[in-house]
Amino acid sequence: MERTTIDLWVGIFAAAGAAALLGLAMKVGNLTSSDIGETYTVTAAFENIGGLKPRAPVKSAGVVVGRVDAIQFDTETYEAKVTLKVDKRYPFPKDTFANIYTAGLLGEQYVGLEAGGDEASLQNGDKITHTQDAVVLEKMISQFLYNKASESNDKKETE
Amino acid sequence: MLNAIAGKLRGIGHRIIDRLWRLGAAVRFFGYTLIYSGESFRRLHLTIREIYFTGVMSLVIILVSAFFVGMVLALQGYNTLQKYGSSEAIGVLVALSLVRELGPVVTALLFAGRAGTAITAEIGLMKTTEQLSAMEMMAVSPIARVVAPRFWAGVISMPLLAALFSMVGILGGYLVAVPLIGVDHGAFWSQMQANVDFQADIVNGVIKSAVFGVACTMIALFEGFDAPPTAEGVSRATTRTVVNSSLAVLGLDFVLTSFMIS
Amino acid sequence: MSDNIVEIDNLSFGYKGRLLHKGINMSFPRGKVVAIMGGSGSGKTTLLRLIGGQLKPTHGKVLVDGKVVHEQDRHGLYLLRRKMGMLFQFGALFTDLSVYENVAFPIREHTDLPETIIRDLVMMKLNAVGLRGARNLMPTELSGGMARRVALARAVALDPEIVMYDEPFTGLDPISMSVTCNLIKKLNDALGATSIVVTHDVKEAFAIADYVYIVANGVVEAEGTPDGLRQSTEPFVHQFVHGDVDGPVPFHYSAPDYRKDMLRGHDA
Repeated sequence: MERTTIDLWVGIFAAAGAAALLGLAMKVGNLTSSDIGETYTVTAAFENIGGLKPRAPVKSAGVVVGRVDAIQFDTETYEAKVTLKVDKRYPFPKDTFANIYTAGLLGEQYVGLEAGGDEASLQNGDKITHTQDAVVLEKMISQFLYNKASESNDKKETE
Repeated sequence: MLNAIAGKLRGIGHRIIDRLWRLGAAVRFFGYTLIYSGESFRRLHLTIREIYFTGVMSLVIILVSAFFVGMVLALQGYNTLQKYGSSEAIGVLVALSLVRELGPVVTALLFAGRAGTAITAEIGLMKTTEQLSAMEMMAVSPIARVVAPRFWAGVISMPLLAALFSMVGILGGYLVAVPLIGVDHGAFWSQMQANVDFQADIVNGVIKSAVFGVACTMIALFEGFDAPPTAEGVSRATTRTVVNSSLAVLGLDFVLTSFMIS
Repeated sequence: MSDNIVEIDNLSFGYKGRLLHKGINMSFPRGKVVAIMGGSGSGKTTLLRLIGGQLKPTHGKVLVDGKVVHEQDRHGLYLLRRKMGMLFQFGALFTDLSVYENVAFPIREHTDLPETIIRDLVMMKLNAVGLRGARNLMPTELSGGMARRVALARAVALDPEIVMYDEPFTGLDPISMSVTCNLIKKLNDALGATSIVVTHDVKEAFAIADYVYIVANGVVEAEGTPDGLRQSTEPFVHQFVHGDVDGPVPFHYSAPDYRKDMLRGHDA
């Protein structure tokens, strides 16, 4: 008799634990959103990808349309080759513009797609030619400081 | 003078050798446990019984702690995030901290204190009262009958407890962040989902807690099995269980995390 | 097959170079009750563990049913142990199991008998020790004497050929003592088993034993039938059997001369 109550408790425990794992996977994690269904693959070359990571979202007009599949370094052009998986339901024109944006000031980086005007759509394996690099904070700051410095130098010279 | 130094050094050397000896014995004990596991699987009700004593009996302390840890995380996190104007990221912060680190680690520490000490004391007492010897003399291996079921119960219970800890912690964080502070409900969950990765965060968290389960249960079992058969010996072994398990969990956490992040 | 089910042959055993036993020879004939006696700390219990194969001898060997115990592998050792039952000093009942389950434990572990037969066996054994009515109690609810009787029922659950008793009379009241005493004799005759009783209680041991070994200083100091030992004029045996305060085993722990010690007035 005692054994059956123990079995019951262990059963409840195991079920609750399994439910928690499932909950973590579905509700907390992105297991559900990661499989976007059928996708097509396009690549894009960037001179600098900043902090972009695989599995980062690909967004257009703020809507997630795909994910970054892989990031490689191209030894011929010395550029980063980013492979994107985009949902089949969302075709984009050939001259689509790919940007690397940052969500908020310190947020994670994602790829933003801006549709162009071409009639032909991007096909599986195509390459996006119009790209804009990630904004690197250090570069911006050093540029800013450089500008400031040259400004003050100019002032000195005029004085 | 020189003699005193030599004596000190000799003492240190003896202690180091003694530790190594115990480590070796522990490894051998672990090996035996794995070898005898087959025998214990044939009597599944023993393992289920032990899951009750280690897993189910630890539920209350784990769930209550998880709830508070989640609430504190949300409070602290909100305070800091709000300065950078990204208070919607509170869900991410709570979930990632719990799933990656606090869930497995705090669960393991609580487990060592609640279930680990109970295992050590029980086995130490069985040794003191010659129950283990009696089993040996009845041609029943204590490792197969007593140790292996407790080992597997611990290894199975720990990831389940850690998952429950993370889930309840996130609920606690949600209760503080959304109804209490007023962070947007949708932002809380969607940011979390966008940033918590199933493979990198959740699966790795489960792997961590399974490793902690092996370590904590093994330490508790070995300390009990190795305890001198006196009341004092058992009480010391119980203390050692908590100290060694905690150190092992924190050390292993560092090693595992560095593997998982690189 | 030899008449002796257990034989101890020139056995030495010790920890870290200090020998506890120095060349002990004993033999235990089938069907007899043999007592091993000796003062506290003379390694009597260790002898039982050597017979059971829980310890390995430093020199010499122990033969059980013609087989050398310490040369057996795990399987062989477990087969030998199936022939043995052991009653531990304080019973060593499994505290998480009821009286019934304790007695059923060896049967469940070693046989695949159906529950009804297990129940019959357990009831028979419990009845033999007079505790059939206590079957649903937990070990913590038993008195010391009752716990030992349950342990005895458990030790003989599989009808062993050898039953070993480790200090079965320690800490019992006079009634429990004579009950246990009777049980040992009765079970020995009923099972046709060989009993090895380790004890320092002279009166009880002499009452039930067919043959007695007295161990001291790591060797067999004296042996013989209870009557023979009672008549013995050897000083040590006389002191041991009659419990004299002073004799070959001195009352005083070795110390310098009393008079000199007192007059010196300080320790340095």
